[in-house]
Amino acid sequence: MKKVFLFLLKDIKNEYRTKELFSSMFTFALVIILIFNFSFNISRELLSYAVPSFMWICFTFAGLLGLSRSFGIEKENEAIKGVLLSPTSPVLIYISKFLSNFLFLFILELILLPLFIVFFNYDISGSILVLYSIIITGTIGFVSVGTLFSTMSVNTRLREVILPILLFPIIIPLLINSVRVTFVILNGQPLDKVWYSIKLIIAFDIMFLFTSAIVYGYVLEED
Amino acid sequence: MKIIFYVFAIIGMTCSTYMSLFYAPTEKVMGDIQRIFYFHMGTVWVSSIAFILVFISSIMFLIKKNRKWDILAYSSAEIGVVFITLTIISGSIWAKPIWGTWWTWDPQLTTTFILWMLFIVYLILRSSSGNDQKKARYAAVYAIIAFLDLPLVYISARVMRGISPVVFGPGGGGIDPKMLYTMLVTFVGFSFLMALILIERIKIENLRYKMDIIKAENNN
Repeated sequence: MKKVFLFLLKDIKNEYRTKELFSSMFTFALVIILIFNFSFNISRELLSYAVPSFMWICFTFAGLLGLSRSFGIEKENEAIKGVLLSPTSPVLIYISKFLSNFLFLFILELILLPLFIVFFNYDISGSILVLYSIIITGTIGFVSVGTLFSTMSVNTRLREVILPILLFPIIIPLLINSVRVTFVILNGQPLDKVWYSIKLIIAFDIMFLFTSAIVYGYVLEED
Repeated sequence: MKIIFYVFAIIGMTCSTYMSLFYAPTEKVMGDIQRIFYFHMGTVWVSSIAFILVFISSIMFLIKKNRKWDILAYSSAEIGVVFITLTIISGSIWAKPIWGTWWTWDPQLTTTFILWMLFIVYLILRSSSGNDQKKARYAAVYAIIAFLDLPLVYISARVMRGISPVVFGPGGGGIDPKMLYTMLVTFVGFSFLMALILIERIKIENLRYKMDIIKAENNN
């Protein structure tokens, strides 16, 4: 547990000192919001259907940036060797990487959600807390596979290019359900309508957290 | 040994083609266009088997670290891509006159589409992963994740569209025994065809491996 914490602290410190990852993720997210605002000039009724998908596209794209960077940083100056040499198991490295990726993305989402409401003139009828909890659940799933694939992608020839191709087909079920649930919460409809979707998101989270943790050792091996 | 597969594949495919075109009775509602369905189901059959083979041999590779499992996974994935492409094309040709559209995002089609994408990504990942060992490991990890993901894709697509009725199923309602026989022969024929391609593909991969060793020896 202490090892996980130390690794996590390393990532946070690194980010705190450079601030490069977070600032680029944030700027990218803003640019996406801007583009959506101008490319979809739609009426208010349609907006309530579109904003949940905008939100998740924005989160995943910005998250993708963070994911590809999170291991890219280790690859520079061969810092990954230090991580591998430390007396830990791959599972612990996975958990710490997962936590740091999750933390950065979640802080970003915390800031972005109000911006969505401001820029799209959106009135939330549901509870914000419920909305954040579903965002957390969705983000866990996204980051769990994302951490695994980002480690893989930095070791391939195509580097960052291959990460979105690997990741997006896999997270499609997650996106479908998250968008559905988010739509229901934003419009203040009863949650039991999408209870099945919530269960699917949770199933996705559990399934891929465990599988990724188990197979992470194979991805990390150097040869 | 291989000659047996050749003979059975040729006989099976010929019988299947003949039976689906002439032996099977014409479907009342859809007419002759329904005959493409036998071919369609054959390709579905092969790509499903290929997908399961990729999954199983990927797990076996990670456990045993034996090259032969990796070759099996790789060869199956290539066959899978080819046959799933055929599935999508033949399905589209069937759907145009029957449903009036080439493509709809119903759960089955969505899942097939994603499966096709996953297979292609698998091959892209392989081609960009550098040395053989790493390539095999990464591909195996991806195949396992992809296999676990697919049921979720199917369920989610159903949830998204509202659960759609089964449009056409060979099991639904009474099916003419002649149609059933045609379908069975098609499955058998396609299975032999697949086995044959798989054997040949594995042979090529083994030869390539031998060649790499000879090259490496000459370089030293």
